[in-house]
Amino acid sequence: MTHLSQAQIAVSIRDIALRYPATPEIALQADLIRICQGQRVALVGPNGAGKSTLLKAIVGLLPLERGTVSVFGKPVGSLPHDVAYVPQRREVDWRFPITTLDLALMGRDVHLAWPRWPRQTDRRLAFQALEAVGMADKVNIHIADLSGGQQQRVFLARAIAQQAKLLLLDEPFIGVDAVTQAILFHIIDVLCHQGCTVVVATHDLVTIQEQFDAAILLRREVIASGPAKDVLRPDILAKAYGDPLALFEERTPHGIDF
Amino acid sequence: MELIFEPFKYAFFARALFVGLLLGLSCGVLGCFVVLRGMAFIGDALAHSILPGMVAAYLFGLNIFIGAFIAGIVTALLISGISRTEQVREDSAIGIVFTGAFALGIVLISRVQGYTRDLAHLMFGNILGVSPDDVLIVILVTMVVLSVIALWFREFILISFDVIQARAIGLKINFLHLGLMMILSLAIVTGLQAVGVILVASMLVTPAVTARLLTDRLPVMIFLAAGFGCGSALIGLYLSYYMDVASGGAVVLTGTVIFVLAFLFAPKRGFLARRALVIRQ
Repeated sequence: MTHLSQAQIAVSIRDIALRYPATPEIALQADLIRICQGQRVALVGPNGAGKSTLLKAIVGLLPLERGTVSVFGKPVGSLPHDVAYVPQRREVDWRFPITTLDLALMGRDVHLAWPRWPRQTDRRLAFQALEAVGMADKVNIHIADLSGGQQQRVFLARAIAQQAKLLLLDEPFIGVDAVTQAILFHIIDVLCHQGCTVVVATHDLVTIQEQFDAAILLRREVIASGPAKDVLRPDILAKAYGDPLALFEERTPHGIDF
Repeated sequence: MELIFEPFKYAFFARALFVGLLLGLSCGVLGCFVVLRGMAFIGDALAHSILPGMVAAYLFGLNIFIGAFIAGIVTALLISGISRTEQVREDSAIGIVFTGAFALGIVLISRVQGYTRDLAHLMFGNILGVSPDDVLIVILVTMVVLSVIALWFREFILISFDVIQARAIGLKINFLHLGLMMILSLAIVTGLQAVGVILVASMLVTPAVTARLLTDRLPVMIFLAAGFGCGSALIGLYLSYYMDVASGGAVVLTGTVIFVLAFLFAPKRGFLARRALVIRQ
């Protein structure tokens, strides 16, 4: 971990404190977090532990109280092309009048010069991204008419169409079907083989050992980080979640569509 | 045919119809973004707070469009300035700014001789009284509004649909929002002529909401909203001519009737369609 050259590090975080505007308490502080290129990293921890907060900080959506966040060696927010962020499904206005293809096409906006009218290649890339997530037959469907899993896949397609090198997914497995979960993991694997770095905030502790290279356990600070099998030990998890019963309760929202 | 062409023997009717159609077009298109961004209240507020600008321009002998436009910008800046301090919520800030500005307008206008007649025109519009100069201004405003929307179309969609993504890809949200407020002020200023302070929000909101009931596609929604805006102006003006009723009220009421029809009979989202769905289940 200590001998990595600058080029291999996708995200480097030093001594940060993060706070949401107009709230008094610090949502997350961390001395040092490093995410290596090409890795699949799971962010875990109880509700309110700071998983989404950390993702938002890496996209540059939250002002830093102190400290630095750098992405591919550059200050946070300076490489919008290379960072794709997939929000939680409940943060999206699904009634907005756009289709599946329109949504995937938004991944191309960052690459287009003003007035950002999409070219034929952009439409093709958006369509290919939808094909990759198994949504090619749903291009002209209104986003509200999709199932939860399909909605999640379309947002992933938008990130794929963006061709980013760092992909951040906020709770993508909540309320999705088994097909979607399999597709999400498959896409994550494919992207990582291509050198993409994927960071996923998740509640689903069961799949982490198999599907992720590294895990970061949070509870308003970093409780543990490293290879998934080292972080997911019961004694370490207990530090974040409290007693095992709390751990069980934490996992119940999984699979429920809310 | 006779009935259609008869009013055209009056030049003022032809001008009113032309202005009404352009307003229906620009307000209909712009209204889609107003509705999707949840800015319907802001539209109404801007219409009210533009009043002091118009009166001040009138008192100083300037063009009232310029005064109104400046007032619109000041209002937009004040609202975002106050709500950015995070001590006052945005809807409260809007409520305070627009009532305060409107009161200032009333105080100013009471200094004008014969102000009741002027006030009535501002409040309820006077589309049959538009001058050839006004027609030119409405043409310009329509062109500016439509060009700005065409050129920043994707940006406006993104800040309306997914503000997080918009910020993540580095869009200047405040700048875009202010741009939207500026063309909104322009459209409202011209709309004031036609239907007045109180009804102008309807030209923005009603056609767009009606269109939304009929489609899930934004481009279709925009075309439908423009169509409903123009249709309301057209039918409303004829009604006002033949039934001898207030033109602004007739235009807005036509739009309202179209909305009610869509609300009841829209194929997917209409009240009856949803009722039928419930019964079938």
